Amino acid sequence: MLRVDVTKKLGEFSIEASFASEGRVTGLFGASGAGKTSLINMIAGLLKPDRGIISIDGETLDDVAARVHVPPHRRRIGYVFQDARLFPHLDVRQNLDYGRRMNKLADDPAQRARVTDLLDIGGLMDRRPGKLSGGERQRVALGRALLSKPRLLLLDEPLGSLDESRKVEILPYLVRLRDEAHVPMVYVSHDAAEMRQLATQIVMVRNGRVSAFGGVKVLSGGSPT
Amino acid sequence: MFDISPTEWTAILLSLRVAIIATLVATPFGIGLAWLLARRDFWGKSILDALIHLPLVLPPVVTGYLLLLTFGRRGLVGAWLADHLGIVFAFRWTGAALACGVMSFPLLVRPIRLSIEAIDRRLEQAAGTLGAAPWQVFATVTLPLALPGVLAGMVLGFAKAIGEFGATITFVSNIPGETQTISSAIYSLIQTPDGDTAAARLVVTSIVIAMGALIASEWFARRATKRLHGN
Repeated sequence: MLRVDVTKKLGEFSIEASFASEGRVTGLFGASGAGKTSLINMIAGLLKPDRGIISIDGETLDDVAARVHVPPHRRRIGYVFQDARLFPHLDVRQNLDYGRRMNKLADDPAQRARVTDLLDIGGLMDRRPGKLSGGERQRVALGRALLSKPRLLLLDEPLGSLDESRKVEILPYLVRLRDEAHVPMVYVSHDAAEMRQLATQIVMVRNGRVSAFGGVKVLSGGSPT
Repeated sequence: MFDISPTEWTAILLSLRVAIIATLVATPFGIGLAWLLARRDFWGKSILDALIHLPLVLPPVVTGYLLLLTFGRRGLVGAWLADHLGIVFAFRWTGAALACGVMSFPLLVRPIRLSIEAIDRRLEQAAGTLGAAPWQVFATVTLPLALPGVLAGMVLGFAKAIGEFGATITFVSNIPGETQTISSAIYSLIQTPDGDTAAARLVVTSIVIAMGALIASEWFARRATKRLHGN
């Protein structure tokens, strides 16, 4: 269970959002500039809220009043960025292994095999990120985040930087991820079609406020795209 | 003409030792300060920045004299170091290394700082979300990506250190075998009536070392860039 109840001022813009979600895939849905990325940056710990609480499965990650702020590296929350952000000096294998090494987790060949199969990246292992296509990069980023064994996976418009044909290429992997990886996800997008395919719960964000919450049907209420 | 005499060899080897030690000892500090200047905001940042660059704009003789006042046997720091740790800089080759390290420090720091500033901070954020603590982010992402800048800084610093003259001679004088580097040996030779050929040999030597350093730095930088971005 993810609980978010925060306010944050960012210049002229402000976020005042409160929601709790138990869904396998929580869709943060809203137009660009609605504050979706700032919200998940707060969940990841990259941005500190001005006020409020963030907790996951009863564990407090942020509690401004009590001066609690768990730093990103201790949250065990995976993050797939829109721009992949693979480490350019490491090959795919080392990128995938990075989270395991940093968390000093035991080698888990079975999980690695499962993730590489799931994402179809077994053939890319020795390549550098510079030699990958946009879609391949995004799949490796997904694998890298999964292999750090997060308890929650944040996906910030992972298809946003891809063209239409690439999107169609990645979407099935995301569906498989949802059904097979058993990691709850927060999926950020402004694309209603993506949301319908992936999300099990929707948090609609408008101007930094939660404007609607519920099942996928709330998407029909008006689409910001 | 290329019959290098033992005294000249002593000066050449001493110069190399002084410049190498100065560069190796200064590099960790240089990386630390470059990172602070590139990545942190704190009170007095511009003062620290100015302080690092001071040896670049001060007359070298002033820097040397200040070192003498601070690190000489009766200097504030020098007396303490001599009494408590047995480290003496005054009129020793270690003092020459200190002078060279201080004089070359701004040239060492600058490329490192620039290369750290050029690193995409979002990669460091990504490393954090994968469980890397700040020091791990530094060791596994920041430092490897800044490596070309670190090497460039080290070579520049080394080249500056090997040619340093004013601060060194002011601080530790010009003692053959102890503090007489190539530069101070050339200075002595051209003041001696028959020193011209010997001076010429040392001049050629210093040109060779400088050229070698520049070529090595180019080679390192190209290799590092290839390692980072190519396959």
